[in-house]
Amino acid sequence: MHITLSINGKDHELDLDPRTSVLDALRDHLDLIGTKKGCDHGQCGACTVLVNGRRINSCLTLAVMHEGDAITTIEGLGTPEALSPLQAAFVAHDGFQCGYCTPGQICSATGMLEEMRAGWPSHVSEDLLAAPDLSDAEISERMSGNLCRCSAYTNIVAAITEVAEARDEAV
Amino acid sequence: MRPFEYHRAGSVADATTHAASGAARFIAGGTNLLDLMKLDIERPERLIDISRLPLDAIEENEDGGLRIGALVSNADLAADLRVRRDHGVLSRALLSGASGQLRNKATTAGNLLQRTRCYYFYNPALPCNKREPGSGCSAIGGRNRIHAILGGSAQCIATHPSDMAVAMMALSAEVEVMSAGGEGRRLPLAELYRLPGDTPHIETVLNPGDLITAVLLPAPLKGRHIYRKVRDRASYAFALVSVAAVIKMDGATIGAARLAFGGLAPMPWRDRAVEDVLIGQSPSSALWNKAADRLLAEAKGYGENDFKSVLVRKTLASVLSDASVREI
Ligand SMILES: Cc1cc2nc3c(=O)[nH]c(=O)nc-3n(C[C@H](O)[C@H](O)[C@H](O)COP(=O)(O)OP(=O)(O)OC[C@H]3O[C@@H](n4cnc5c(N)ncnc54)[C@H](O)[C@@H]3O)c2cc1C
Ligand code: SF4
Ligand code: FES
Ligand code: FES
Repeated sequence: MHITLSINGKDHELDLDPRTSVLDALRDHLDLIGTKKGCDHGQCGACTVLVNGRRINSCLTLAVMHEGDAITTIEGLGTPEALSPLQAAFVAHDGFQCGYCTPGQICSATGMLEEMRAGWPSHVSEDLLAAPDLSDAEISERMSGNLCRCSAYTNIVAAITEVAEARDEAV
Repeated sequence: MRPFEYHRAGSVADATTHAASGAARFIAGGTNLLDLMKLDIERPERLIDISRLPLDAIEENEDGGLRIGALVSNADLAADLRVRRDHGVLSRALLSGASGQLRNKATTAGNLLQRTRCYYFYNPALPCNKREPGSGCSAIGGRNRIHAILGGSAQCIATHPSDMAVAMMALSAEVEVMSAGGEGRRLPLAELYRLPGDTPHIETVLNPGDLITAVLLPAPLKGRHIYRKVRDRASYAFALVSVAAVIKMDGATIGAARLAFGGLAPMPWRDRAVEDVLIGQSPSSALWNKAADRLLAEAKGYGENDFKSVLVRKTLASVLSDASVREI
């Protein structure tokens, strides 16, 4: 099928087998290999990208279903010269060891902070109607869809907390 | 994955017509269907993409209830202010399920129709009556720690994995369906599902081409809402046992009780007889045990899952104690 995908603000024309996942379209057809394949079954979060600002698993969705959507990958969040706040915080806090889960963690955290800003509760929120607090428990629960085989979790939470706090101060 | 023909539905009528013939499947969020297609367990020849249909609104009904479009994401439903305020058990159930990423993609109808996580259903190398009718059930006499103790049959003891559906069952939700012939109908959620009996591969009463268009919630029930999920890890895991409860006190006694259970049966499980045990009674651990006795009267363990009887008894008692605190 002939489709156009908008990725990191740029349109790409592609001829794809309808079976192609967004993940495979990115990696195998567009050479955007920042997005990683871990399990290919929605279980690890390594493939997390943002679609219209929302974090999703790119392995469990078809490219042909996303014409007209704005897809953002780790390459679109920042560049080595101009890191996004979360990218910089992951570096500063050693939020990784091997780095394989990191693009997914950072895309996921980017979407997650927007969800918190919108006031979404989580499984560990005491009160469904109160604004969520920025505790380690809240961040861990909201990030549980991203596994880290190196178990860099403590530093990942620290990196996310720093960005969230800086953002809160700026408001 | 096997090849399939892809069709993006332009309207509800277009979707149902295209799905009525052949081995067609609707795809909404795709988080369950694609998972199973990659493993060659689901083998549709045609995929009808319904994700762009205008079925993604949550509206207030005249009766004070909510009409939830079939395509509302699990994330949006959990975060909706009216759901958080008036149907807390539903928000809680949704938030306990899957992950942030999956909830953004998973839809209301797709969640209701997700298929079992039975290990053998997922393993084409081994017999499974649900995947391959007549081949046998590997879970009976095999590994069955996550399997059903209620509602199963000699052909299949798989559980329904949804959290959301358990809360909707407690809330007496209804499902709105559009047929390929253009006829709409409404049925209680409890009547959507079929128990396995001799045909475990048939899981619902839906006909080919039937599209779920919405889920309807009745007017808010008030009272205390609790969803308690017991699982092997604290997040991002399916329920071993879960309890959805809405309890309304009438002074010192229980005025109204709605209970539904996950992880116990091939469908989200509700047994009015259990609720009847509680009505008009004062809270006590003896009463909680009586309710559990009623729930488990016909329970049957298969070895590895025997623990579920004990687990649900304890979970029910803890939920009822927390929910039946006298309102001051
Ligand atoms: C790693 C992982 C963990 C998970 N953990 C949990 C958990 O803890 N709790 C939980 O409840 N769930 C869990 N899930 C399951 C998840 O909730 C479901 O995959 C999701 O809800 C399915 O919704 P969907 O829109 O993606 O469905 P799809 O995959 O698009 O569809 C599922 C089925 O529904 C049919 N369908 C979809 N929409 C309609 C419609 N409108 N009318 C008729 N038929 C329709 C499709 O044809 C298909 O057969 C988990 C999933 C994964 C991958
Ligand atoms: S319990 Fe059901 S799904 Fe599991 S192996 Fe037996 S028949 Fe298959
Ligand atoms: S590769 Fe998509 S969740 Fe693991
Ligand atoms: S840094 Fe190695 S998997 Fe997370």
